[in-house]
Amino acid sequence: MHISRTAIARTALIVGFFLALEILCRLGVIDRITMIAPSEIVLALWRILASGRFNEDIAFTIWNTAAAIGLSIAGGFFIGALLHEVPRVRRTIEPLLSAYYAVPIFVFYPLLVVAFGIGRAALIAMGALFGVVAMVVNTMLGLDRVPRVIIKTAAIMKLGPWTSLVLVRLPAAAPHLVTGVKLAVAYSVIAIVAGEFILATAGMGKRIAFGYNDFDNPTMYGMLLLLLILVMIVNGALSAWEGRLHRRFGQQ
Amino acid sequence: MKSRAVDTVVLVAGLLLAWQLLSLAVGANIVSPPGTTILRAVALLQTRSFWGHAADTGIAFGLACAIAIAGGILVGLWLGLRRIAGEVADPILGTFYSIPKITLYPIILLVFGLSLSAKVAFGVIHGIFPITIFTMNALRNVAPVYRRTARMLRLSSVSTVSTILVPAALPEIFTGIRIGLAVTLLGTLIAELFASTSGIGFALLRATDIHDVVDILALTMLLFAFAAIVNALLHLVERRLQHHG
Repeated sequence: MHISRTAIARTALIVGFFLALEILCRLGVIDRITMIAPSEIVLALWRILASGRFNEDIAFTIWNTAAAIGLSIAGGFFIGALLHEVPRVRRTIEPLLSAYYAVPIFVFYPLLVVAFGIGRAALIAMGALFGVVAMVVNTMLGLDRVPRVIIKTAAIMKLGPWTSLVLVRLPAAAPHLVTGVKLAVAYSVIAIVAGEFILATAGMGKRIAFGYNDFDNPTMYGMLLLLLILVMIVNGALSAWEGRLHRRFGQQ
Repeated sequence: MKSRAVDTVVLVAGLLLAWQLLSLAVGANIVSPPGTTILRAVALLQTRSFWGHAADTGIAFGLACAIAIAGGILVGLWLGLRRIAGEVADPILGTFYSIPKITLYPIILLVFGLSLSAKVAFGVIHGIFPITIFTMNALRNVAPVYRRTARMLRLSSVSTVSTILVPAALPEIFTGIRIGLAVTLLGTLIAELFASTSGIGFALLRATDIHDVVDILALTMLLFAFAAIVNALLHLVERRLQHHG
């Protein structure tokens, strides 16, 4: 009963916020050059999707992001597991890892463009580079927390280092790995959208930047809304999965 | 302790070697060699224009930090003390924390224009959420016995917060501040990179436009050094707070 009451209050808060925004926009308190009304944004997105004129850009961004996420998860897990085995190297590198996200890595994007040419390879490299460290850090954290008894069990079963990693320690570290995946997704999206803002020939970020430059607010806000919806769906799914793993892990 | 120092020297040497090899492999016009870059960084440190840009970034970063810390702690305190408000706000804050703020940048630009306030605002929306969330959770996690002690001593609500709850929650609040400040720097720099007329981010973008690879890498190296130093200092303070707690 109590939970549903907070849910109602939360929904009321969110609905109230958008209603207020709608009214302020309709009354002209917020001028049309700054922002269009929420209902118009939804309508604009609907038109974009119905006309299909940006389908290629949307697919471009989604596939590039998926590729970057795949690379950063696989690479991050591999590097993290490796570093976990060599504590001395890990201890030395750790300060570098913790300062990594304080610098916008996409300052390297122009260099990547020179190296890979303009197009998807540079964007994917960028997304993977930005996402990989979150996965490395969380893989190490997850492997740290694997209970010793589980590792001993694997030793009793005479599993090799590789089978023990994949069959025993990987599932035991799963909650932290999902946290790593969630962060890798967020960072890859940041890097790819930023890359598309700065220098790209296609993609959702490009459309948003064009919309901004042309004062084409329906396109800009419509694409922004679509991007936010996609990110929230992926993030919500991963958070739910993370919560379930944490609960199951806690019961063991 | 001695082996750690050796490890660090080996790490730095290894990084420089890898950098040099990468530069040789892809060509100096894509990745400039470390020697040239370090010399350029030292030269940059002696120019007046670099310090002008650094001061502009510093002012924006400082303002953004002040607003993010003050706002984050105030809102976090309020949400941590009012259980219902906290429960209502929790998932909303989590969602805001997790969306890539870069998608909101065009909106910030439309609202604030090409100005210092746009940079500050973009820094703040990066930093304020982790600080708020950490403060709120820190207050919720304060052991109930502390609250009971405060009630037993008949402390007023103001002195309960200032003498018992905040000191008890301080280490965790500080972790939020450390994380918040790192992303605030990121936000400020991104804002400068995409649209501004001064600052280190602007200098970087200009170097990109004229394709001055040495400048790009030298500026990036200086930024990384700055971020690493601030990060290490905050870690130090955090560890000391945790020892006291």
